[in-house]
Amino acid sequence: MVEVRRSTVIDAPIEEVWRILRDFNGHDRWHPAVAESRLTGARFTDQVGSVRDFRLTGGERVKEQLLSLSDKSRSFSYAIVESDVPLNDYVAHVALKPVTDGRRTFWDWRSKFRPPAGREQELAQLVAEGVYDAGFSAVRALVSGSASRSAHPASPAAGSIEGQAIVVQRHGGPEELVMETVQVPPPGSGEIRLRHTAIGVNFIDVYCRTGYFDLLKPPGVPGMEAAGVVLDVGPGVTHLRVGDRVGYACPPVGAYASHRTMPADLVFQLPEDVSDETAAASLLKAMTAEFLLHQVHPLQADETVLVYAPAGGVGRMLCQWASHLGARVIGATSSPEKAAAARAAGAETVILPGEISLEAQVMEVTAGHGADVIFDAVGRDSFGHSLRALAIQGHLVSYGQASGPVGTWDIGALSSRSATISRPNFGHYTDTPEKVHEITSRVFDALRAGVISVEIGQRVALADAAKAHRDLEGRSTTGSTILIPGESS
Amino acid sequence: MAEVYTSSIINAPAERVWARIRDFNALPAWHPLIAESRIEGGAPSDQVGCVRDFRLRDGGRIREKLLALSDYEFSCSYSILESHMGVENYVATLKLTPVTDGNRTFAEWSAEFDCAAEAESQLVSDIGGDVFQGGFDALKKHFGT
Repeated sequence: MVEVRRSTVIDAPIEEVWRILRDFNGHDRWHPAVAESRLTGARFTDQVGSVRDFRLTGGERVKEQLLSLSDKSRSFSYAIVESDVPLNDYVAHVALKPVTDGRRTFWDWRSKFRPPAGREQELAQLVAEGVYDAGFSAVRALVSGSASRSAHPASPAAGSIEGQAIVVQRHGGPEELVMETVQVPPPGSGEIRLRHTAIGVNFIDVYCRTGYFDLLKPPGVPGMEAAGVVLDVGPGVTHLRVGDRVGYACPPVGAYASHRTMPADLVFQLPEDVSDETAAASLLKAMTAEFLLHQVHPLQADETVLVYAPAGGVGRMLCQWASHLGARVIGATSSPEKAAAARAAGAETVILPGEISLEAQVMEVTAGHGADVIFDAVGRDSFGHSLRALAIQGHLVSYGQASGPVGTWDIGALSSRSATISRPNFGHYTDTPEKVHEITSRVFDALRAGVISVEIGQRVALADAAKAHRDLEGRSTTGSTILIPGESS
Repeated sequence: MAEVYTSSIINAPAERVWARIRDFNALPAWHPLIAESRIEGGAPSDQVGCVRDFRLRDGGRIREKLLALSDYEFSCSYSILESHMGVENYVATLKLTPVTDGNRTFAEWSAEFDCAAEAESQLVSDIGGDVFQGGFDALKKHFGT
């Protein structure tokens, strides 16, 4: 018998969370793993004994029966009665309890089941992470979304202040980035209200604007990185105070604004010796470089690293940090100017487009060894070259797709190098205060010691965000771009 | 029957919070209202049935009996034998549950008791606020945010 137990805290009153969970057949409306669900064996979703017959997004069919439901203890139990996934004798229990200091909700989700021999760990992980943790995140997003929606544009709630924000009314080109006056509500439980002083511009903002990433639902405000000052603190926020200088680099989107109300848990105080502009220009990139070099591929001093776009935001920091760690850094870029910037950032060798292919050049400068690790955010145009430039047992880290999606590849091709491929997602390395604290501590140390530095190439008025995107997509920027609220265009 | 329920999130693993509060005789070490405590008859403080006799900082004296202790469930129940509070049939439970997301602790402290009707709302607010929330606030302060 395997027992799985997960629990979390949701920043919403228990009534609100229970309203979502109580509907036994409503999980297809919020759980990302559930494609569609229908009720059988009973007429009502709160009828004990009813069966929900649903399909997972992976295609598997599952039938579960409601065994108990209590509005008094805000809990329910259910069992799997039929399933394509071998979770035998699966009985689960969901319970909510109020956190009385802070109007939050404790959510406990546990189950026992009998997996086939040898699959215990795999299925326990599937249930714990794929079902329970994923469900926690989805409901958390749902309740925080309803909190911000209810007080969003032009419906001034009590205590709202007026601000300016770049609102995307529909997915599309840079012209969709239009400045509007918005009402910024007072912070709810677990939230803070900020006045931004500097806002970072990143390529992910372009993906959000175009709809390539599902992070911005129009109408919405892009941007995931900024520095500013705390104006108000909502109930339950204990790590920040009014007047604190803070920074963040995290979803949800909404940074392209003069003022903002947002969840406080991933916002942190800035050290005195890190300026607002430096923070806004570097946090997301430096945090990315940190986990790429220390967690995705813990870099060894004798390794050869190939970095694409070594003059760009993350690329430049990867070069700086990797060379500091003692690795041999090769930069792959497109122009002699950028090559000079890459060398200044620590690239020992720089490869430019030439008569022979990138992989041939890499093999040439490494005496046939290849690159032990490749950091590739170019995507479609580079992926195949990267695979061929790898050393035996090399590691290709694909962390972006500036030129388009990588597409479909046969993993059999990896055997020619015994290659490893990683596709890390920033969110998974930075989704708890603990993880953010660890990463930013190392980032601030590295900034202080001069291991990494940021070059602010463009300071653009917030109102001119469209121009900033055009330049970024046209690859005519150098270093980082930041938006400054309150400056006239 | 009056009921009190207070809950909070402590920013430390449940094992660590439990290690701080498990000792039935350790209230003065972690609860700001309690000045001193002893176990009657020299009994071990984890012997179910033992009685703690403690003094509050404001001078009041309370005797409480350990009814249940579970290291498995991180919970402890006790009754009041003697106090100046004007309560009868007072039974309280302090329980910790791990929050797997973030390795934190969900702490619950609840009580049921009988009392004079006119005193109920004041007692509920004093016990839930000063005693239970006061204890949680001390734990939160101790373990940090």
